[in-house]
Amino acid sequence: MKLGLFYQASRNLRAKPLQTALSLALLAFGVGMVSLMLLTEKQVNDAFERNIKDIDLVLGAKGSPLQLILANVYHIDAPTGNILQSEAEKVLKHPYIASGIPLAYGDNHEGYRIVGTEHSYVEHYGVTLSEGKLWEAPYEVTLGARVAENLGMGLGDTFFSAHGLTDQTDIHTDKTFTVVGILEPSGSVVDQLILTPMESIWNVHAHEGEVVDPATREITAMLLKKRNPLAVLTIPNVLRETNMQVALPAIEVNRMTQQFGLGTSALRAIAMLIMALSFASIFISVLDNIRARRHELALMRTMGGTPSTLYRLLLLEGGLLSVAGTVLGLVLSRVGMAVLGQVVESQFHYDLAALAVLPSEWALAAAAVAVGLLASALPARGSLRLDISRTLSEA
Amino acid sequence: MVEAKGIKFRYGSDGPEMDFPDFSCAAGERMLLLGNSGTGKTTLLHLLCGLLRTETGNLHVAGCDLRAATDRELDVWRGSQLGIVFQRAHFVQSLTVEENLALPHQLTHGTVPGEVLARMGSMLDRLGIAHRAKARPHELSVGEQQRASIARALLHQPKVVFADEPTSALDDRNAEAFMDILDREAAEATLVVVTHDQRLKDRYSKCVTLEPGKA
Repeated sequence: MKLGLFYQASRNLRAKPLQTALSLALLAFGVGMVSLMLLTEKQVNDAFERNIKDIDLVLGAKGSPLQLILANVYHIDAPTGNILQSEAEKVLKHPYIASGIPLAYGDNHEGYRIVGTEHSYVEHYGVTLSEGKLWEAPYEVTLGARVAENLGMGLGDTFFSAHGLTDQTDIHTDKTFTVVGILEPSGSVVDQLILTPMESIWNVHAHEGEVVDPATREITAMLLKKRNPLAVLTIPNVLRETNMQVALPAIEVNRMTQQFGLGTSALRAIAMLIMALSFASIFISVLDNIRARRHELALMRTMGGTPSTLYRLLLLEGGLLSVAGTVLGLVLSRVGMAVLGQVVESQFHYDLAALAVLPSEWALAAAAVAVGLLASALPARGSLRLDISRTLSEA
Repeated sequence: MVEAKGIKFRYGSDGPEMDFPDFSCAAGERMLLLGNSGTGKTTLLHLLCGLLRTETGNLHVAGCDLRAATDRELDVWRGSQLGIVFQRAHFVQSLTVEENLALPHQLTHGTVPGEVLARMGSMLDRLGIAHRAKARPHELSVGEQQRASIARALLHQPKVVFADEPTSALDDRNAEAFMDILDREAAEATLVVVTHDQRLKDRYSKCVTLEPGKA
């Protein structure tokens, strides 16, 4: 017969389902919220950092610097406009600039952006070919891994592009794109793009028979790598009289996360408050147990139970609640992350579904269990001072 | 098996001193400690069970010198050598009847061996509550609870059994039946019944009366 302290503690908890469920729900909700925020922050920060990857400056049309970054580094916003390729190349020749990668886009296929660029873009992110080859001629495309997977496309497949970044109504049926290569998954923004020569983008928007004048060719942005740190101060001055601007991804992302930070701080405070309530609930639960079960506890003392046995039993009840609530909270945060991942995946094509337990979550779990044990250890001390004779006489 | 000599007790430092009569009870003997309310029956029972401590006289129960034993020794001693039948049958409500019965063995030895379970089965059979073994205590009738409390007090084969007012809430017929069961099941043990119930005064040849004002 299993009748150890663990069994007794679990039976005692199950004997009060409502009280146990309330304590569990509060702790699970608190831990779940904090855990979900930790996971989200980690995933978003990782995604941002992975995609910044040595891009020091982004050159593009004037407008919101943050929009410029979100549109051209992360591809989750509309671009601020176009700039002349010739003007951009002047900036590229500045002695403080080491290199640049041009981007030109404005069309999509099934919601995935078609980006005109050079092979250096793929090399920059260290993405390798899975099959086929990189684009060469106009209208040849190489698909990011997620695009190929989600659209079920393979080598030799063809499609028409649609005007705009998400719209599927204005389709350029006169120009056929052909898949010539598929990239390996990299976890970077490249996974969700359709890459093609710049000429594809220019030609697809040219009228029948029109030859695009090189002097009027436009691009959307240029990702720059600086040679000299002074570029950060000098280049904005160079561009003062033009329709162009440069934005610093690191600074813009930092500014954005600080703005998010206010919201997440408030959410974290709420989560901490819920956790504190759950610990209070465990404290009250154990205290209430001692009061309601005083006679049971005294009875156990007459049957060979020591003060230490009773103390450990009560501590175990609080401990079980804490561990179960914490585990449930971590499970809940994974469910929340999966749901959030679906939304982000459908809207931004980013994959946030990483379910491994973070080091910070282990710390959170350890702290939650420790505080839960403390919340039960304090009232459980009452069992050590239980006056058996008086308790039995009162019954 | 039970020997009390020169036992006095006082609640707190300024409470009235209770002076209990000397008595002894040999192994296997039955004895009644009879007294009305206020004569210190419950106090004496708690002294005999080591739940209260006296600083005077000699008090030996089931091989234990209750004045000399440490708290830890008393805990183990109670679990292994004593069986207590309380006036009201109290149980751990979250456990089943059979789990409640096995609890003293678990608390004292940390396990419940098969032989104890086998003994439990036959004891519950004799008491007519074998079919209630898996039930929760609150699902039992009062009579079933009383029989279960006898089983719990005796399952670990204690040397001494104390019964605290076992018949006070029972009518004549049920009181007689209950005492018959207790006598039968505790045949191997020393039985001390603490009661104010005058119906029991002639049941055993040995009866110690607690006088009002003396204790």
